[in-house]
Amino acid sequence: MASTREEVLAGLAELINDETGIATDTVELDKSFTDDLDIDSISMMTIVVNAEEKFDVKIPDEEVKNLKTVGDAVDFIVSAQA
Amino acid sequence: MTKKIVITGIGATTPIGGTARDSWKALLAAESGARTLEQEWVEKYDLPVTFAASAKVQPADVLERHELKRLDPSSQFALIAGREAWADAGAPEVAPERLAIDWATGIGGVWTLLDAWDTLRDRGPRRVLPMTVPMLMPNGPGAAVGMDLHARAGIRTVVSACASSTESLVNAWEHLQDGVADVVIAGGSEAAIHPVTIASFSSMQALSRRNDDPAIASRPYDVGRDGFVMGEGAAALVLETEEHAKARGARIYAELLGGAITSDAYHITAPDPEGSAAARAMKAAIEGAGASLSDVRHVNAHATSTPVGDIAEYNALRRVFGDGLDDIAVTATKASTGHLLGGAGAIESIFTVLALHERTAPPTINLDDQDPEIPLDVVTSPRALGEGDLIAISNSFGFGGHNAVAAFRAV
Repeated sequence: MASTREEVLAGLAELINDETGIATDTVELDKSFTDDLDIDSISMMTIVVNAEEKFDVKIPDEEVKNLKTVGDAVDFIVSAQA
Repeated sequence: MTKKIVITGIGATTPIGGTARDSWKALLAAESGARTLEQEWVEKYDLPVTFAASAKVQPADVLERHELKRLDPSSQFALIAGREAWADAGAPEVAPERLAIDWATGIGGVWTLLDAWDTLRDRGPRRVLPMTVPMLMPNGPGAAVGMDLHARAGIRTVVSACASSTESLVNAWEHLQDGVADVVIAGGSEAAIHPVTIASFSSMQALSRRNDDPAIASRPYDVGRDGFVMGEGAAALVLETEEHAKARGARIYAELLGGAITSDAYHITAPDPEGSAAARAMKAAIEGAGASLSDVRHVNAHATSTPVGDIAEYNALRRVFGDGLDDIAVTATKASTGHLLGGAGAIESIFTVLALHERTAPPTINLDDQDPEIPLDVVTSPRALGEGDLIAISNSFGFGGHNAVAAFRAV
C-alpha cells in the first residue's frame, strides 16, 4: 500500500533513530545522511535494508549512492511504491 | 629492569552483580548467580540443562539503544565493564598512543552469528545486516572497549577458551614491561548462554544437571559435583606502571607481579591428570616475579566443579606447593558466579585483587561434603588473610590445554 511522503518521512526517521539514536525530529527532508546526520555506510545500508522491509520496496545497491538527503530517500520510496 | 605493574581500576558485570563492587559484595554474602532459564528456546529444543548463571543486570538496562544495536552481547558486556574500570581508575589522563587494550573471549559473537544464519535461511541474504561480521568477530569486544576509550597503542584479543582472560592479563603485563603503553585495560567477556553451546557442553557431560536446584549446582570440591554451570558477563582491570600511577596520585588496589602461560599438549578438552604443565605455570608466575612460593597465602582456583578438573588442579597445586599447600586459603568463586569462560580469568583476578586489597579471602559456597581426594584448605566463609607480605594467584585453564596463571601482591 502506498504511503504519503509524510508517512515515509516519519517511518524513515524511526528507522534512523533505531539504528543511530538520532532524534526523529532532527530527521528532515533537506538533511544530508553523511554531512548532517553523520550516518556511516554500514548504518546507511542497515537503514536501507530495514526500509525495504518496512515500505515493501526494492532499493538497489547502485541506487543507494544517489540517496544523498533524507528527501532523496523519501522520494525514491514513494515513487517505488507507486 | 622489571617495572612494577599495579591495578588501579576494576569493572565487571557478572551473574551476581552489575558492577565489580556489587559482585564482590554478593560473593562475600555467599550468593549464587545460577537461575532457571526462562527463555522459550529451553523448552523448544528440550535442552537437557535448563539453567545457567545469566548476567544479573541486562545490558539493555545500562547501554543506549543504538549501542545495543551495533554490539553483540559479548561486546555489550565488555563495554560496560571497561567503562566502569576506567571510571574507577579516575579516568586517567593518558595519551591515546600510550593506552592499549588486552582483551579476551572464549567464543566470540555466537548469538550474532547464529541469529544471522537463521535470518539467511528464513528471509534471504538481503536481510543479513551489514554489521553482522563486525559484531560476530571475536576481536569485537576488545575493539568496542578500545574505541570507546580511544586506545591507540594496540587493541589485542587472545582466544584460549577458559584461560583467555588470565592470558590477557599476562599479555598486558608484558606490554607494559615492553613499554608499548603506560596504561592497559585488560579483561575478557563472554555471552555464550545459547542453545547450541548448552547442547554441546551437555553432550560432553561437562555441565551440571541439577535442573531442580540451580543455586547449589556449582559445587567445586564437593563429592556431589557433577559439572560446571555456564555463566556470562565481563570483567576489566586497569593496569599501569607504578611510576605512572603514583605520578597521577591514583589509588592502587594491588600489584600484578606477573604471570605465566604453559600448555598441556595432552588432550583437546581433558586436563593432563598429572598437572605438570599447570604446575609449571604457577611456579613460573610466582618465581618469575622474584617471589617465593612460601609467600603465597591465597589461591583463587580455576575449579569449575567438574569431577576430573578439580582433582587435576589439586594435583598441580600439590606439585607446586607440597606440604605448604595446607597453609594456603583456597577459594573457588565459580561456585557463586558460574563459569564465565573467556571472562572467568578476569573476574577471578578482580576477586583476587580485592581479596588482597581487603585482606579477606572470599568464600566458596555449596561445599557440604568435601571430596577426600582433594584435601585443600577451602575457604567457606570470608576469612582474614592477616598482615604482612601477601601474595595470591589466580589460575585459569582452558580447552586446548591452555594454562594461565596471574600472581598478585598486596600493597
